[in-house]
Amino acid sequence: MPAKLILRNKTYEVPHGITIKQALKQLEIPLEEVIPTKDGELVTEDTHLKDGDVIRLVAVISGG
Amino acid sequence: MRCRKCDQKAVINMRHHKLALCKEHYLEWFVAQTERFIKKYRMFGREDRVLVAVSGGKDSLALWDVLWRLGYQADGLYIDLGIDGGFGYSRESKALTQAFAEERGLTLHIVNVLGEYGATIPEMAQLTHRGKGKPCSVCGLVKRHEMNRIARDLGYTVLATGHNLDDEAAVLFGNTLTWAAGYLRRQGPVLPASPGLARKVKPLFRFYERETAAYALLRGIRYIYEECPFSVGAKSIYYKQLLNKLEADRPGAKLQFYLGFLKAKEEGLFAAGKETVPRMHTCPVCGQPTTAPGKCAFCRLVERVEERKELRIKNEE
Ligand SMILES: [Zn+2]
Ligand SMILES: [Zn+2]
Repeated sequence: MPAKLILRNKTYEVPHGITIKQALKQLEIPLEEVIPTKDGELVTEDTHLKDGDVIRLVAVISGG
Repeated sequence: MRCRKCDQKAVINMRHHKLALCKEHYLEWFVAQTERFIKKYRMFGREDRVLVAVSGGKDSLALWDVLWRLGYQADGLYIDLGIDGGFGYSRESKALTQAFAEERGLTLHIVNVLGEYGATIPEMAQLTHRGKGKPCSVCGLVKRHEMNRIARDLGYTVLATGHNLDDEAAVLFGNTLTWAAGYLRRQGPVLPASPGLARKVKPLFRFYERETAAYALLRGIRYIYEECPFSVGAKSIYYKQLLNKLEADRPGAKLQFYLGFLKAKEEGLFAAGKETVPRMHTCPVCGQPTTAPGKCAFCRLVERVEERKELRIKNEE
């Protein structure tokens, strides 16, 4: 089972075993613009994705 | 990754500071850093009455929370712009701001633009044909005027906004692309008080947007996550994305860009040349300073809104 990354209404699937940083790079999502969370807790980008992990990405950029 | 201070699991890694921290130490660090910057840039003291402009977003609520924890006299001002965007943007953000203030027993002033001036921000833009479908310039004008008005009427000495480093770097980037000398000269974390206007400060200006968001999340602050519906495609967002590309390859690039600007300014790079400081006049209607004689831009806007509304009513009759 792959790991999932969710940003706004989109869900992305990535292979497990890689880090969040590597997953973001694959998906071309800039790390500067999101905060990864797992089970409601903030996690750092070096966290390795396990089978079935669900990572919610909180978008941080705002306009104005 | 481990916290530098206690070796617990880190929740955030700030590459530009080479600093990873756990939840407890991050919250502590953020508050202490804010205090440090307030002092370093001589923003205000404990004797000052500070009015915090709050929008219901992460930055302004994080700022108000920190000032409250530090024991400053900080009250809030929420301006109800009457923006809906299909999801009740203003209604939602107002409710979140009110809940935030109630939980902490803080004083919140609310100005309702519709109630005060007879039209919401989008209506004002539409009635006066300003901004080509986007009410952002009208919105900026109204917000500035109302913040100044409330600060003066209620006797606040300082007006604080939640601008973060990404906001400031994006504005600087835009001003630099066009070499907007006048704006460059005025841009900074502290704008001194002038006759009729309170001092303006940005205590969070050295934090990355990612850091203010992390603070709000870790503190459990409920803020409006959705963007203002009119900010879609905003230039400021585009500039932030460009700067973040630089940041990805060179951690610290954003911070360096902005702090380098402040230093250059201090050294006289943007000293006033031939352009003289405009003589200020006083608006006969609202009493706020304005660059040209006669009514200020805000009062002219309100006048036009009233005219157009009357015309509309007449046409319907
Ligand atoms: Zn720690
Ligand atoms: Zn006026």
